[in-house]
Amino acid sequence: MPTPTFALSTPCFSGHAVRTSVTLTMGVFSLIIINKAGGLIYQREFQSGLRNLSTNDYLVLAGTFHGVHAITRSITPKIPISQPAPSPATSSTGTTAPATSSYSYPNPGVPVSGLDYLETDKFRLTCFQTLTGTKFLLFTDPLTGSVDTIIQKIYELYADYVMKNPFYQIEMPVRCEAFDRHLGAWLRGRA
Amino acid sequence: MSSTKTSRIGEEIWKTRVDKVNAELVTLTYGTIVAQLCQDYDSNYQDVNKQLDKMGYNIGMRLIEEFLAKSGVGRCANFRETADMIAKVGFKIFLNVTPTVTNWTSDNTQFSLIFEDNPLADFVELPDDGRAQDELWFSNILCGVLRGSLEMVSY
Repeated sequence: MPTPTFALSTPCFSGHAVRTSVTLTMGVFSLIIINKAGGLIYQREFQSGLRNLSTNDYLVLAGTFHGVHAITRSITPKIPISQPAPSPATSSTGTTAPATSSYSYPNPGVPVSGLDYLETDKFRLTCFQTLTGTKFLLFTDPLTGSVDTIIQKIYELYADYVMKNPFYQIEMPVRCEAFDRHLGAWLRGRA
Repeated sequence: MSSTKTSRIGEEIWKTRVDKVNAELVTLTYGTIVAQLCQDYDSNYQDVNKQLDKMGYNIGMRLIEEFLAKSGVGRCANFRETADMIAKVGFKIFLNVTPTVTNWTSDNTQFSLIFEDNPLADFVELPDDGRAQDELWFSNILCGVLRGSLEMVSY
């Protein structure tokens, strides 16, 4: 049985237990939080030994993702609102529709979102944008289930330990020790 | 979203997801803050109102995240839904009161929230100096909170 090369904080009593906890903690790789202006305000890995990008690359990644997200929202196809059938005379000219008709999104009841997730064989990037414009990017194993629950919980922890910290300045990088601690503890407890 | 469904969300969150504190602690703390502000501003109630609004604004900008995280609701489709959401979910989960939404203008851009029961104002008797009754807006912090939180969701 191969021994894992990185340290685990969960207690392990036998080789078998080690392997089980490894496969479970494999779930969540890292978290990035992007403020509404596209700036990186938080970045953290949940497994030791992951290959890191440089700080600058993370900033570029956050900014680029922010842009791509905005693009995906604006290229959402719009369909023309169905109009009364045009008269034969105008339709024969072939230049009927766009002049006066207006457009709407395919399913008007559902709000337009940007990129929600991005998946490869090796990982899945889930993006959750709050109504205030903050984005939470979670890198997970593609097999990890209930990513939405995890993100929702992270958002609650963020609301509690970041936003309620009177010394945290809104839109600025998150340096809240209590947030780190609770986030780490909750993810470990889950795994 | 229907009005009854909104109330249900508010009830549900209030019952299961919110940490509660003693109401008198809140009332007394808030009362002390307002009294102190009146002292600091030499009973210039316009300035006190302004300061309360500013404090509320800063609270609202942060509190909105908790509201969204706990309630999990999406964007409101129109302003009437927003009013309902503020009264039945917002005030419910943070203060356990449900103000009445009323006095809509015909173009649906203004409404009033009427509090039958205001937890911030229990025990309060405004100073008897002939001006406070008219000039001091004791619970003005609530207006600030609404202004801050709605601004964050781009109203």
